[in-house]
Amino acid sequence: MNFDQTEEQQLLADSVRKFLARDYDFERRKKIVASAEGYSEPVWAMFAEMGLTSLPFAADDGGFGGGAVDMMGVMEAIGEGLVVEPFLATTALGGRLIARTGSAAQKKAILPALIEGRLKLAFAQTERGSRYDLAHVATQAKRAGGGWQLDGEKCVVLGAPCADKLVVSARTAGNTADEKGISLLLVDREAPGVVLKSYRTLDEQRAADIEFKGVKVGADALLGAEGGALAAIEEAVDFATALICSEAVGVMKSANDTTLEYLKTRKQFGVPIGTFQALQHRMVDMFVATEQARSMACLAASKADTAENADDRKRAVSAAKIRIAEACRHVAQESVQLHGGMGMTEELKVSHSFRRLTMIAQQFGDLEYHLERFSRLS
Amino acid sequence: MDLNYSTEELAFRDEVRGWLASNLPADLRDKVAEYKELDREDLLRWHKILAKKGWVAPAWPKEFGGTDWNVVQRYIFEEECGFAGTPPLIPFGLAMCGPVLLRFGSDAQKKRFLPRIYNGDDFWCQGYSEPGSGSDLASLKTKAMREGDHYVVNGQKTWTTLGHYGDWIFCLVRTDSGASKRQEGISFLLIDMKTPGITVRPLILMDGGHEVNEVFFDDVKVPVENLVYEENKGWTVAKYLLGHERMNTGRIGGSKRELAKLKEFAGNQVFGGKTLMQDVRFRDKVARVEVELMALEITNLRFLDQMRRTRQPPGADVSMLKIKGTEIQQALTELMMQAVGPLAQPFRPTNGSSDFDDFTAGLAPRYCNFRKTTIYAGSNEIQRNIIAKMTLGL
Repeated sequence: MNFDQTEEQQLLADSVRKFLARDYDFERRKKIVASAEGYSEPVWAMFAEMGLTSLPFAADDGGFGGGAVDMMGVMEAIGEGLVVEPFLATTALGGRLIARTGSAAQKKAILPALIEGRLKLAFAQTERGSRYDLAHVATQAKRAGGGWQLDGEKCVVLGAPCADKLVVSARTAGNTADEKGISLLLVDREAPGVVLKSYRTLDEQRAADIEFKGVKVGADALLGAEGGALAAIEEAVDFATALICSEAVGVMKSANDTTLEYLKTRKQFGVPIGTFQALQHRMVDMFVATEQARSMACLAASKADTAENADDRKRAVSAAKIRIAEACRHVAQESVQLHGGMGMTEELKVSHSFRRLTMIAQQFGDLEYHLERFSRLS
Repeated sequence: MDLNYSTEELAFRDEVRGWLASNLPADLRDKVAEYKELDREDLLRWHKILAKKGWVAPAWPKEFGGTDWNVVQRYIFEEECGFAGTPPLIPFGLAMCGPVLLRFGSDAQKKRFLPRIYNGDDFWCQGYSEPGSGSDLASLKTKAMREGDHYVVNGQKTWTTLGHYGDWIFCLVRTDSGASKRQEGISFLLIDMKTPGITVRPLILMDGGHEVNEVFFDDVKVPVENLVYEENKGWTVAKYLLGHERMNTGRIGGSKRELAKLKEFAGNQVFGGKTLMQDVRFRDKVARVEVELMALEITNLRFLDQMRRTRQPPGADVSMLKIKGTEIQQALTELMMQAVGPLAQPFRPTNGSSDFDDFTAGLAPRYCNFRKTTIYAGSNEIQRNIIAKMTLGL
């Protein structure tokens, strides 16, 4: 039993933190968010240079061979800085699905470019009617000519507007909610028939609804076995969930730090408001909630890497997401409340942390979804 | 990062678990499992079994009977005891007076008291709180006036847990009412409860149990040699005690056991064709407590890991273990009571029996009793004050 970070993990997280402190302060981030692309290409290039894009990929694929535990410190730093670059979509979702299901040729075509920062991915999974059910896939892929034809609609695909390629879940057999018959296809984002409607998300990232209208792809677009993609999808989403748990810890830490600072400096009735016990105890509860969340982020990352089987992993990740979802909402709401009116404004970072925490609470399954999955496996 | 115990730690856990399985007397095990009151003989019997094994005071130095276990082993031992459902070890001698004597006691005091504490020859209790001094302990008024080779003690202590079993009581008393800071006039005295002038009056709690008492001191003569450390330096002693070994306040082993019991019990409550654990509203409440407990266990391990690495006691933020641990304990007793629905109404006093079935009729009183956990040992509000001041700098 130990909770040490290795020297490498520590160094990497420190270098990300240092970079973000220098080149990604709140003012610069504002400009990035307001730009047409909604992310920064130089920042992305720097991520690649620091090795972030190679971190979770196997050495054979040109990566560092790291797991979720190796990424905890990085994700926490990303959370503290409220990074909007599509790191999760590219590495943890799209990249992981290709690494886990792709053939040697498919991996070779994508992963080196991804690792070098030249290629971004998004995972098109959610549909209007699917909510958090990963088996709910109505988008159809039918054999056509030597390849596949894709028809259907996906929504809120994170990172899609800047992605070069999309990993799309589509039904190749069975009915909409069947566990079997789901396949993964690699589709060029600019392929004919792929129609994006892009927009901003509450937490200032970019996403898109995507319509696939008779999109033709070759036989080599199929990732993994036909009809058997659900297990890989669940694994990748659990991996990404474990990562946003650590990201959430970073966002909460930042929200707590700034709230504590505010309590010590803001004066009313002639004294710092932090001298009021009503506020002190609420600050303590935010602090304790964050530590409990951190403990569960450790569990989620650890099980994402070393669970004995899928159920063991799912149960731990759900338990973590239950605690994190609650902590996200608690810390977000209280940090704004303790800032008073200033917490409501766009001018302070805390309102941006609020938005990211609010979205993390619901990303990849909300509290209720994970309570259901956790209870089923307990 | 590795959340699992090492092979050695697992072997140690198995050793403890195996020993407990064959050495915890069945009648004591059943009493604990059925939430029955444990009397003085029950408590001391278990104390003596552990003393004989050499496991009764793991944290003490080896020469006084300690085990030389590291913090993780001590934690594993305590959690295994909780999980097995052993009677509690009453902390007043072993975990409070003992460590104080080891740190501040004279050689004569160590020689006189420590072996008897270790062997369970004396039943100790704690004389801290007073009617006017709860969370604000330093305002205590019980007076000790020096007269020759004696102190004469007058005043009242309250919330004296198991004072009716007590042979000895350690007390904080005021020896200098004129001190400029009120913390400076306090001393730490050991008092034989058979001394004339001591009256113990029960305080019956709402579950009908006799657990705490008021203790009155009326011209009680205490030999000067029973003063621990220096006169008027009792607050130093008390502060040491408060900071000493607060790693088991989460009571995780015990809560794990209660959670498993709750799930099994609720899984057997059938109504409308399904079990209570299939009722989504109830099931979700159980799941949320389970998740809190998982988080607390890992948080506790993080503290232990840090202590082991730094060889330092935990910081003030360790108070969070008490806050979360007691909230979980309370939630579990509440759910256990809710699990029986309308059958929670029959009442069995802690030390009695009910014409209804004893187990069911004991659930609501147990819920009542556990409201104490967020109040005692520094109320959870005091714990929050501690974190606010010491950790957050507010």
